[in-house]
Amino acid sequence: MAIIKLPECKVNQLKEICKSFNNDSGELINVLHKAQDVFGYLPAEVQEIVAKELNVSVAHVYGVVSFYSFFTMTPKGRYPISICMGTACYVRGAEKVLDEFRRELGVQVGESTPDGRHSLACLRCVGACGLAPVVMVGEKVYGRVAPEDVKGILAEYANL
Amino acid sequence: MTQIKMHLLVCGGTGCRSSHSELVAKALNESLANHGLDAEAKVVSTGCFGFCEKGPIVKVVPDNTFYVQVNPDDAEEIVKEHVLKGRKVQRLLYLDPEKEKTVSDDRHMTFYKKQIRIALRNCGFIDPENIDEYIARDGYSALAKCLTEFTPQQVIDIIKKSGLRGRGGGGFPTGLKWEITSRVQADQKYVICNADEGDPGAFMDRSILEGDPHSVIEAMAINGYCTGASKGLVYIRAEYPLAIKRLQIAIDQARKYGLLGENIFGTGFNFDIELRYGAGAFVCGEETALIHSMEGKRGEPTFKPPFPSEHGYLGKPSNVNNVETYANVPVIILKGPEWFASIGTEKSKGTKVFALAGKVNNVGLIEVPMGITLREVIFEIGGGIKGGKEFKAVQTGGPSGGCLTARHLDTPIDYDNLLAAGSMMGSGGMIVMDEDDCMVSIAKFYLEFTVEESCGKCSPCRIGNKRLHEILEKICKGEGTMEDLEKLKNLSQVIKDTSLCGLGQTSPNPVLSTLENFWDEYVEHVVDKKCRAGVCKSLMKYTIDQEACVGCTACARACPVNAISGERKQPHTINQSICIKCGACMEKCKFNAVLLQ
Repeated sequence: MAIIKLPECKVNQLKEICKSFNNDSGELINVLHKAQDVFGYLPAEVQEIVAKELNVSVAHVYGVVSFYSFFTMTPKGRYPISICMGTACYVRGAEKVLDEFRRELGVQVGESTPDGRHSLACLRCVGACGLAPVVMVGEKVYGRVAPEDVKGILAEYANL
Repeated sequence: MTQIKMHLLVCGGTGCRSSHSELVAKALNESLANHGLDAEAKVVSTGCFGFCEKGPIVKVVPDNTFYVQVNPDDAEEIVKEHVLKGRKVQRLLYLDPEKEKTVSDDRHMTFYKKQIRIALRNCGFIDPENIDEYIARDGYSALAKCLTEFTPQQVIDIIKKSGLRGRGGGGFPTGLKWEITSRVQADQKYVICNADEGDPGAFMDRSILEGDPHSVIEAMAINGYCTGASKGLVYIRAEYPLAIKRLQIAIDQARKYGLLGENIFGTGFNFDIELRYGAGAFVCGEETALIHSMEGKRGEPTFKPPFPSEHGYLGKPSNVNNVETYANVPVIILKGPEWFASIGTEKSKGTKVFALAGKVNNVGLIEVPMGITLREVIFEIGGGIKGGKEFKAVQTGGPSGGCLTARHLDTPIDYDNLLAAGSMMGSGGMIVMDEDDCMVSIAKFYLEFTVEESCGKCSPCRIGNKRLHEILEKICKGEGTMEDLEKLKNLSQVIKDTSLCGLGQTSPNPVLSTLENFWDEYVEHVVDKKCRAGVCKSLMKYTIDQEACVGCTACARACPVNAISGERKQPHTINQSICIKCGACMEKCKFNAVLLQ
């Protein structure tokens, strides 16, 4: 068992979440959604607590967490960057935009910058295909992004 | 009570919201208030109009004026000119690129002319967060009709007669599915709506849920009446926050009005709906995988039979249909199966919603009658290829579909024709490609997706697709052989024949269809080590024309890896072992001295 490093209040909050779903193992995915809302990600400790509360094995919880791309076990940056890799964006040059972000940030997809400001991820279709290629920083959507625009987008967050 | 004379419909779909349509709505409201017109004109935030290319869109009714690419700054002018003085703001009207004339009424726009909107009938017309507007458009009267005038079997017969087929991709006859579920005896049954639209480049289900959530709720209740289910579940992607919000509002409002809950319309019929969230797994679009996911497990598919109709959610009979399928149901009940069956082709009735995207002028969401040709969709509705380039291919059916070419342009679109052409209807993604797209790379792109999304349960899909992807990568790097092309073909066939679920059974389609339709391009990659579209970096080589180069050093300064060397005013050269082929030098050169081979 990993050492529980979570503060007591967070642990209680997590237990409350489980309770609000009647500690029903069938609600595991809904519980994990809420837990990720609270913690930003799903570290091993969180998974262990959830497993215990819902009375399922940690392996079962880990199996579900690792199966779904929406769940992450690594913390995201404060301003997470997601590049849409849906087909519409792909054919309109999303890969070149991604390359530029990689180069500018010096991180690979799935990683965060050392200062924790940005994390880089790909996502599948936000449904704004008319604006392809699309980049999301946090909740903000940038449309028709060209590789040349990358520096400017990052500059908006440089002092935040 | 003051009479509202004019409605300003502002698109509130995800596409237009991304270009700040809420700010437009806010600005319009403020401006109306400033001019004291807020009692006469009302701003309504609606669902998607479909013409995403020109968003944000504002439509003024009753005169049907269609404004495109509206900025918050334009609000004042619209209110002052149009609302106050009745003069249309010319500069915001849609400009027909062919006739170079503005078109004010959307009914005369080529984008809309050939469309028939059934599933999208209310999208861009009503406020999705207000149940009264849905009711005013005959909402819930189909449910009332079913409950008070028909037996469950009669309703099933109507759906069967209409010829409606599953819009999620498979095309299974909807009425038949309902009948099977209704005939199974069980103490509890479930109505499930599949809103796990994982297909990259498809957003029709989301638009329906965002624009007209009540139509889905009504249809699910009708299904509950037919099959004897009192519970409905919507499995929706967590990535669609707006759709979730609007659906939840709609469910709450329907409950308040007694249209969900107990004893609906005083007929003793009980039905209620809950939401279940997906968590980003493409395979969960497969119905058995979806059910496992709803039960809180890994979304792995199981062998069929037993079908969910017999053994579904928590082991109980469950009717699974897709969002678009449900959205068609209320209209069929109200207008009759004969009307619906009169639209479309012999075996595919009604309409289909497509998300038209890629290298086409008018990107957007369209609903067209079955049997329309690809040419009409791409060149009339879609307005042709962007930048006047050459049409190369159109991909339908997402990662399960295939690429069709110019020779398929006149094929009428229906389930069976698309299958025969080596693609499929799928959920309705339609991505147009031009001469700049490399078909080998496109196949590789889809395989990358499948490899990532394969659940790993059965080996043909888990390992086979990985091998396919590796071979494609090899070809794109210029290391492929003719033998690899044979291997691609054989392996694809094996994966199709032996995979457990629909994902694996269709995942080689992008490879097979590109092999079939673009064999030359594969051979070029393998034999001539050439990528004609200039996409496969390993097959490209940037060089500097020693005669054209004036030695301005612009390229050397632009090069991110310092691969370019040369004295000032002397011709430069590119060190091929360092070059990462980013093309920065070519963009910077003013003398066209950088060549791409």
